[in-house]
Amino acid sequence: MSATVTERDGGMAPGRHGPGTDSSRPSDGREAATAGTADTPSPGADERAERFIDVRGLEKTFSGDGAPVYALRGLDLAVAEGTFLGVMGQSGSGKSTFLAMLGGLSHPTAGGISVDGIDLYKLPGERLADFRREYLGFVFQSFNLVPYLTALENVTLPLAVKKMPGAEKRRRALDVLEHVGLVDRAGHLPGKLSGGEQERVAIARALVNEPPLILADEPTGALDSETTVEIMDVFAGLHREGITIVMVTHNPEIQRYFDRTIVLRDGRLDCELPACDVDTPL
Amino acid sequence: MRLRTVAVNNLRRRKARAAFLIAGLLIGVATVVALISLTQSMTGQTKANLQSFGANILVAPRSKDVGLTYGGISVGGVSVGAQAIKESDVARIDTIADRKSLSVVAPELVGPVKVKGKRVLLLGVRPAAEFKLKRWWSVDTGRPPASDRELVAGAKAARTLGLTMGDYVRIGALRFTVTGILRPTGAQDDDLLIADLRAAQQVLHKPGQVSMVEVAALYADAPVGDIARQIAAVMPGTNVTTMQEAVKGRQHAVDQFRSFSYAIVGVVIAIEALVVFITMMGSVAERTHEIGVFRAIGFRRVHITRLILIEAVIASVLAGVLGYLTGMGTTYVVLPLVAHSAEVTWAPFLGPAALALAVVMGALASLYPALRAGKLDPTEALRAL
Repeated sequence: MSATVTERDGGMAPGRHGPGTDSSRPSDGREAATAGTADTPSPGADERAERFIDVRGLEKTFSGDGAPVYALRGLDLAVAEGTFLGVMGQSGSGKSTFLAMLGGLSHPTAGGISVDGIDLYKLPGERLADFRREYLGFVFQSFNLVPYLTALENVTLPLAVKKMPGAEKRRRALDVLEHVGLVDRAGHLPGKLSGGEQERVAIARALVNEPPLILADEPTGALDSETTVEIMDVFAGLHREGITIVMVTHNPEIQRYFDRTIVLRDGRLDCELPACDVDTPL
Repeated sequence: MRLRTVAVNNLRRRKARAAFLIAGLLIGVATVVALISLTQSMTGQTKANLQSFGANILVAPRSKDVGLTYGGISVGGVSVGAQAIKESDVARIDTIADRKSLSVVAPELVGPVKVKGKRVLLLGVRPAAEFKLKRWWSVDTGRPPASDRELVAGAKAARTLGLTMGDYVRIGALRFTVTGILRPTGAQDDDLLIADLRAAQQVLHKPGQVSMVEVAALYADAPVGDIARQIAAVMPGTNVTTMQEAVKGRQHAVDQFRSFSYAIVGVVIAIEALVVFITMMGSVAERTHEIGVFRAIGFRRVHITRLILIEAVIASVLAGVLGYLTGMGTTYVVLPLVAHSAEVTWAPFLGPAALALAVVMGALASLYPALRAGKLDPTEALRAL
C-alpha cells in the first residue's frame, strides 16, 4: 500500500494539512498519509511534526559513460515542521541533488524521503506530480518564470490544472501577489520586472497552492545585497506563518535567517551549525 | 487560468514561432484547397460545356492551318488559306437522313484582316443562326449585326482597336458600323470581329466560300455520332467533329489533372506534416527548461502533452481558416490562366474539409513531440536543480 496523496479543498490532503478524501482512510489525514508506508510504523502526531521531513539513508549515484558519480552517500536527516532549514556546502557537495530529491524530481538510488508521513518515492505513477503541486512550492535561483506569461499568469500557473473557478484562481493569485508586495505589477511580463520583482513573483507562484513546504534553490544568488535582504524578509515572514522552508545557499550572510543550518560535503551531512564554521568560503 | 490560456499566450507572445508554424500549415492547406477547387471548377466547366454545346458538330476542311478553340475547347484546325468549303455544298447537310434532328446550320468564314493597322481575325456568319447556336454570346451593349455593313466586336478586339458602339470601321473596301461589343467569353471569340458572311467573303476575297460549318442538333440527346457520319458522307474532304468528343477529350485532360492534383496533395500533406513535426520538435527542445518548470510546479505528463497539443490545434484552426481563404483566392487568380471561361466553384465541403485537414494534420504531427515533452525528465529539463 502506498501513501495517500489526495486533493484538499479542491487540492491535496496529505498528512495533517487537510482532511483526507479517501473514505477508507481514518478521518485524521495524518494517519491516512502514513498508513501507506507499509514498512514504517505510524508515528504519533508529535513525532510526526518532529520528523516532518524524514530523510533516511539517501543515496544518489549518477552513472553515465564514465565513472559513476556519487552525489549523495547515505544522508540521514529529520526536520521538524515549521523549520527554516539552510543547506550549505561547496559546489558538488550534493545540495542541489538533495533539494531535487526532496522535491520529488529525482529518484534516489537507495534510501527514501518522507514529507509529513508521505513516502515520496513510493507514490504511484503521477502522484508525485500531484504531491509537488499540492505540497511544495519551488523557488529557483534563476526565477524560472515563464517569459510569455504576465506576473499574475505566472503566479496562477500551478492552478491551471486544478478544477477551480477562474475567479477563485485569480483571487488567490492576487492575494499572494499582494502578500509579496507586487500586486501593482500583476500585468507585467517577467522581462519588464527587476530581479527582485521576478523573485517575488517566483515566491508568489510557490505560495499560491498554500503549500506547507517551500524549497528554495539559491533564491538570492542573482540579487544584490539590498534586494537579498528584502527577499529574505519575505521568506522570514512565511516562516513566521509556520511554513517549513528548505533553502540551499552559498551565502553565509543569510544564515542568520535559518533555524537550522546543515553543511553537506561529498554527499554526506558534514556538520550542523554551530558545530561547523560556515563563514569559511563554500 | 487554464491550459488553454497558457497555450494561447505562448502563441500570442512568441509570434515568430507561431507564425512559422501557422505558415507551414497554411501553405499546405492553401495548396490542397487550390488544387481541389481548381479541379472542381474545371470539371464544372466541362460539364457545363457538354450541356451548352455537347450537341454541336463542327464541319471543317481537312487542314490544320489555324488552331481553333470553341468555347475555350480546342477542336483542331480550320483553314484560313486556300482550302475552304463551298457555301453551296452547305445545303447538302439539309439532305441527310436525320435532318429533322438539326436545329441550326451555321456556315462561317474566318480570315485575317487589317483594321487601323492591326491584324485581327474577321468571322463572317449568318447572324441569326450564329447567335442562336452560340447562346453564350451576349452583346453587352447594342445588338447583333442586322445588315452586311454592320459588325460586332469581341471584347478584346474592341479594346485593342479602341472600338465602341456606333464607331465606323473600314475593312478593305467596306465600311462597317459597330453595332455591339460581345461580353468577354474568356475564349478565342474575344479576339474576333464578327460580320455578315457575305461581307466577310467580299473583304476576304473568298466569294461563295466558308471555312467551316457549325451544326447544332435539336436536342442534347440527339444521335450526334450518327448525324456526324451522315454529314461526313455528304461533305467529302471535311473533318466532322462532334463537340461531345472534344468536350470529352477535355474531360479526360481534366481527369488526368485531377489525378495529378491528388498526387500533389499527398506530397503536400506529407511535407506539411513534416514541417509541423520539425517545428513542434524544435519548440519542445526550445522549451525544455520551461517544461521542467511546469513539471516542478506539479503538472502531470498528460498536462504537458495536452498543452503542446492544444497549441498545435489552435495554430491548426487558424491555419485551416486562413489556408482555405488563401487557397480559394489562389483559385481565383490561377483558374483564368488554366481554363479560360471556367468559373470558380465554391464546394460546400471544402471549407470544413480544409479545417479538418489542418487540425488532424497539426494534431497528428504534434503528437510525438507532445508525448516526448510529457516524458521529459524534470531534473534534466530544469538543470537549475
